[in-house]
Amino acid sequence: MGALALTAGAWLVGALPSGVARAADNIVVGGKIFTEGYVLGEIGAQTIEVSSKVSVTRKLGMGSTGILFEALKSGAIDVYSDYTGTLSEAILKRPELKSLDEIRTALAGMGLTISDSLGFNDTYALAVKEEFAEQHDLHTIGDLLSLQDDIRAAFSYEFMDRKDGYPGLVDNYHLKFNAQKVSRMEHSLSFQAIGQNAVDLIDVYSTDAKIKKLHLRVLKDDHHYFPVYQAVWVARQAFVEKHPQEWQALRGLEGKIDEESMLDMNAQADIQKISFGKIASQFLGASAPDSVGWLHEVARRTKEHLWLVGVSLLFSVLVGIPLGVAAVRFPKAGQAILLSSAVIQTVPSLALLCFLIPVFGVGTKPALAALCLYSLLPVVLNTFTGIRAVNPIHMENARAFGLNGRQILFKVVLPLASPTLLAGIKTATIVSIGTATLAALVGAGGYGAPIVSGLSLNDVPTILTGAIPAALMALVAHGVFELLGMVLIPAGLRRRP
Amino acid sequence: MLELQNIYKTFEGRTVLADVNLSVPKGATHALIGSSGSGKTTLLRITLGLIPFDRGYVKINEQALLSFTPVEWADRIGYVPQDGGLFPHITAKGNVALVATLRGWNKAKIDARVEELRKIVDLDPEILGHFPREMSGGQKQRVAIMRAAMMDPAVMLLDEPMAALDPLIRRSLQQELKSIFQRLGKTVLLVTHDLGEAVYLAEKITLLHEGRMVQSGSYRDLLQHPATPFVSQFINAQRTLPDAGELQ
Repeated sequence: MGALALTAGAWLVGALPSGVARAADNIVVGGKIFTEGYVLGEIGAQTIEVSSKVSVTRKLGMGSTGILFEALKSGAIDVYSDYTGTLSEAILKRPELKSLDEIRTALAGMGLTISDSLGFNDTYALAVKEEFAEQHDLHTIGDLLSLQDDIRAAFSYEFMDRKDGYPGLVDNYHLKFNAQKVSRMEHSLSFQAIGQNAVDLIDVYSTDAKIKKLHLRVLKDDHHYFPVYQAVWVARQAFVEKHPQEWQALRGLEGKIDEESMLDMNAQADIQKISFGKIASQFLGASAPDSVGWLHEVARRTKEHLWLVGVSLLFSVLVGIPLGVAAVRFPKAGQAILLSSAVIQTVPSLALLCFLIPVFGVGTKPALAALCLYSLLPVVLNTFTGIRAVNPIHMENARAFGLNGRQILFKVVLPLASPTLLAGIKTATIVSIGTATLAALVGAGGYGAPIVSGLSLNDVPTILTGAIPAALMALVAHGVFELLGMVLIPAGLRRRP
Repeated sequence: MLELQNIYKTFEGRTVLADVNLSVPKGATHALIGSSGSGKTTLLRITLGLIPFDRGYVKINEQALLSFTPVEWADRIGYVPQDGGLFPHITAKGNVALVATLRGWNKAKIDARVEELRKIVDLDPEILGHFPREMSGGQKQRVAIMRAAMMDPAVMLLDEPMAALDPLIRRSLQQELKSIFQRLGKTVLLVTHDLGEAVYLAEKITLLHEGRMVQSGSYRDLLQHPATPFVSQFINAQRTLPDAGELQ
């Protein structure tokens, strides 16, 4: 049944036009979900805008490397900035490739290319608070050996899982951290944790502005373990061939951004809360592009969010109700149907999104597919329970009056089950409004976009521009369902006024 | 007329009904009586065509149940479930007109028939717009009878029509029912465990016990010429209140 729902979902989602359809001549610039990713994405986008008439779509703040890379390969985005170390380790899985030329040659096989270095190395590093470093006389990563049993560490998921991250690091330095005291954490939250002295040691990127803000000491990598992470543009060959002028403009930035200016721009975004657009235009010495009003922005996000929620809701109704009916009619298959929709519900949303990327690529489609699958359980389950709660006497009576199976279902069973059924659809809608905020991680936009960007900047007002409308939408949905109840639930079953 | 001939039914090796014979002449009212477990509910469901049976015939006007489709059979036998069995999500009129609507009757024809039946059962016209939860037990019973009679069936089948009503309403509705049956002019079979009701409403009574017919006849027959000691036992058990003489 899981496979069935997946197939049905694939069909439905595949048949729909993507919410953000690609115009014929349009360049899509992607960006990773952390400050530097936004800044470089904005710099890239503005560089193209200044040098060319082609319109630019920004898909900044996309979930980690794998998602962006899939997006690039599938053509959902044309160009984004990444780092040589990431490309060789995480994407090509060939850590022996060190030079730009080696990496470029390997990527060519995938129809991709890279620019030369933009001028800075943003590598992994380990950092502790200045006071803590003083107290324990810490200067290098090797110095951690004396504290390895007691130190409390928080590392990002990507750092923990990458070979050139945590596993290689402890191997290289013969460190044996106390596993009880090492936690995995969202990157932006680990800064908060060390700021509040909840942990002592975190992984950072060497150009991260928060190093300055939180007075952290970066521990010297005396073994030269961390690979070099030169920032480069990664683009599709097809894009380079179609837009040589724009690609040249992007390559014009090679060697132009040194470590100091990158750190500075990151700090402007993180600490001074200057908009990415403004930071980029200042750097490029151009005037900032007209900033769209927040109302306009919210309207666009609302449209995207409504699309995600609306389509998944339609799916959950069209597929979920028949599945619920089938679960009642065929008790054995029914158990399988209920179990599989429950199992889908337990898959963490991010994991589900990752599973769906190979099937649907990046953008609106995988997000829709995930939402469709998530909204299925409440509808299937409530259809099932609603029907089971109908007094069987009514069905037998209907049969005695000469109603056939179809008439019994539509004239008696479903109307009697309608209050429970509608409650299930309502739950699905509200869950879907909440879950759709994660769609931003795969570039589907919606209210999740400001939430994700706000999270990476630790910027509460930006988070709220997504979170508040999402909450309001849930409230509106609640109201709409109250009204729908008055229309759809037969008057004889409604609560008395 | 309604005939049950030689009905046998076993369920999981157990005999539920054996050699049941019953004949209700056109326009007559017949009561099928028995305590719970006597097989009367099984017989009712067989008569409605809801469950198969092992042997015998169910016939209406000489035509056997098995020669009809379920829909055709349903149109020949109007069913009044226990407590009326109205669908709670539709109005009284919606309940009465449900089957006619599904058969494609037009509005004028439906309205005319509903009005005709409303007069026969003497229902306040306002009640037609009410939902079952807004109706009294007596009103529900009348609406259920209208629904059963809507398609003009040859036979009406009533399951414990008074069981859920309080005694005073029961008494007045009982008189009411009798005249409704007369006005409808249908062949009526009512299934009940209450002898008083059976005696009052029906000309003939069939007593069922452990899946077999014990006796069939008028109340007088059962009282004066009981076929078995069980018949007297059953009749005496129903006389719950002592009369004035017994009190002395």
